Amino acid sequence: MSVKVMIPTPLRVYAGKRDSAEVSAATVGEALSDLTSQFAELRKHLYTEDGKLRAFVNVYLNDEDIRYLAKENTPTKDGDTISIIPSIAGGSFGMPIDF
Amino acid sequence: MATTLQPQTGAKPATSLTNEEILRYSRHLIMPEVGMEGQLKLKNAKVLLIGTGGLGAPLGLYLAAAGIGRLGLVDFDVVDFTNLQRQVTFGTSDVGKFKSEAARERLSNLNPNIQIDAFETKLTSDNALELFKDFDIIVDGTDNFPTRYLVNDACILLGKPNVYGSIFRFEGQATVFGMPGGPCYRCLYPEPPPPGLVPSCAEGGVLGVLPGIVGSIQAMETIKLILGAGDGLVGRLLLFDALGMKFRELKLRKNPSCPMCGEHRTINKLIDYYEFCGVRGEEAPGPDVQVPEITPRELKSRLDRGDDLFILDVREPHEFQICNLTGHLIPLGELPRRVHELDSSQEIVAHCRSGKRSAEAVDFLRKAGFRKILNLKGGILAWSDEVDPTVPKY
Repeated sequence: MSVKVMIPTPLRVYAGKRDSAEVSAATVGEALSDLTSQFAELRKHLYTEDGKLRAFVNVYLNDEDIRYLAKENTPTKDGDTISIIPSIAGGSFGMPIDF
Repeated sequence: MATTLQPQTGAKPATSLTNEEILRYSRHLIMPEVGMEGQLKLKNAKVLLIGTGGLGAPLGLYLAAAGIGRLGLVDFDVVDFTNLQRQVTFGTSDVGKFKSEAARERLSNLNPNIQIDAFETKLTSDNALELFKDFDIIVDGTDNFPTRYLVNDACILLGKPNVYGSIFRFEGQATVFGMPGGPCYRCLYPEPPPPGLVPSCAEGGVLGVLPGIVGSIQAMETIKLILGAGDGLVGRLLLFDALGMKFRELKLRKNPSCPMCGEHRTINKLIDYYEFCGVRGEEAPGPDVQVPEITPRELKSRLDRGDDLFILDVREPHEFQICNLTGHLIPLGELPRRVHELDSSQEIVAHCRSGKRSAEAVDFLRKAGFRKILNLKGGILAWSDEVDPTVPKY
């Protein structure tokens, strides 16, 4: 199953500056696994050391939050879009320049 | 003048507009969706803006122009030159002034019919409930995670809508939290990112127009809430990609087990949000690593003496173009695979913009066996202050 994963701006630096990637996967978990095997640096930004998705990274299948579907076991089908939506805080400054 | 935190005495709602107001708001009044009834709702509305920076600029300008009867402006910061690229409320002559007061002056000139209260204070767990209680709607235009969670929790505790907007480089998010039955910020993000995983300085920055667009969306949502018109962003997260010029939206669900707005609330008062976000104290954390340093003045005198020092610049190429100390450029992220370009027998001084990234570089190189390596304390910013003011600061 070919699935598109949208990569948000703050994480593009860890994904070869790409804004999206095509992966082959039957579930959301497989899609993210395929993605992080393509871009190893992304892994620590998406997962905790014990392999759980980080709480400040939300994953959507099309427009639905996977926490309200079957989480990482949510099945995907051809043409689906997975979005990774990390929390961003910028307002006045965008990001604190030297955090 | 800044207003002290006094509870507002129960003024009677306005039931009419002056002739000047009728003329001023005529393009609203001739629309059936607003009309006289809607304009009076705007006149009787009280909106508190948290932050008068990038998002706060279009928010303040449009809400004042629209005739929101009372606007509160919370900001403790002072206008500086780097703000003017996007914080369009301010002019060059405002540099050095308190933002809340400079914004109050600008907005009063735009619309003298409305009450504008400038609160020159940092929003804290101690003052948030007191500040929020006199206002109908809170608009979050802040720039950091602790304040985002504080605004959310205070809004939920008081049952007030929170019009949310956030930006990063070319990307924006907007939604409305805190509506009855709707989700809150903690439903979306139960936990903040740990500070170490926030993208660093090199990835920071923001295109000036972006907060203009996202802040305008927040202003529109605020006005729709007051008018009770249209479909608001409640339960929808609007995503804006400025480079691709695309808007998308995702479903935002209320988390039934949310500790703040769920069925069994476990957070019943405001907490220490810096601790919650892993940031101690009010300032951003300093360098995490302690490494040997050299001050700009020491470096200058050693260079003048003719010492053979290798200057290593660990910033990004686009920063090198802004200004440089004619050093050898290896961005911090490329250092591990380009370490062979360095000679460990030579004395090296590493620098960046502020000294933080280069401290990491020095730490890395020391672990890689380099012994004669120093970090330029305070980076190019300190070099400009202490040695060569012709080097621009950014």
